[in-house]
Amino acid sequence: MNEREILEFIAVLLILLGSILSVISAYGIVRFPDVYTRSHAATKSSTLSVLLTLSGAFFYFWISESFFSVRILLGILFVFITAPVAGHLIIRAAYRSKVKLSEITIEDELHEVLHEEDKEFIHKDVLEKEDREKILRNEDKQK
Amino acid sequence: MYKTNDLILRTTTSLIAFILLGFAIYLLLAGHNSPGGGFVGGLMTSGAVLLMYMSYGIEAVNKMLPINFVTLIPIGLAIAVATGAGSFLFDVPFMSQTFGYFTVPIFGEIELATAMLFDLGVYFTVVGVMITIILTIGNDQ
Repeated sequence: MNEREILEFIAVLLILLGSILSVISAYGIVRFPDVYTRSHAATKSSTLSVLLTLSGAFFYFWISESFFSVRILLGILFVFITAPVAGHLIIRAAYRSKVKLSEITIEDELHEVLHEEDKEFIHKDVLEKEDREKILRNEDKQK
Repeated sequence: MYKTNDLILRTTTSLIAFILLGFAIYLLLAGHNSPGGGFVGGLMTSGAVLLMYMSYGIEAVNKMLPINFVTLIPIGLAIAVATGAGSFLFDVPFMSQTFGYFTVPIFGEIELATAMLFDLGVYFTVVGVMITIILTIGNDQ
């Protein structure tokens, strides 16, 4: 094996590792109990698998055809930035539309935080409403 | 109601929108020799602008980008027709195209074709149509 074949072998190994990781990620999506753990499997491991596959393809084209693909580099950067944000937004939407956690969950700290915020907001609304009614009554008296 | 807090989405958008816009310009310029062109570049640009509309809201983006996207449609169509009709000036059939080699300070010798100008017209039209469609639907609420 000469030097070029070894480098090509490393690139192919990266692609193989990426595809194995994506299979693991798909298996996690099927096996995990609720939407939050499923998203944990779907965002992290599939992001890593896409990154490994893309960098393998990048190295392969660089070595075998001496083609330096800027588009693949941009794609790596893009997937690395956007995939976790997409997972965050999906899970946030799921939590705020009150999707239930699985039964083996021990603690839910975010629930208390959101609940307190909710109470404060209701309180503020009530106060503003009372103030408004007082102002309206005063205006009626003046008339 | 919860107070909305889109810090992560907004920070990512301000980074991603620039990458998307740069890639759209790349697709527009690379259309002659590799996959890309005016249509895909226009779709990508409108995707970047729509991402900004999604994360910042319609009023804020209207302040940031004071462009009336409806006027981009006639501008693009006028560019396309003008590049087609410009071939009459040189006494050749409608929509003939030509190219030449020019030496530019940084890039060296490059090939500039008049088909690029037609692609620019397609680009403006696609951006105008896409954003007009989606903003018209989004404003109905």
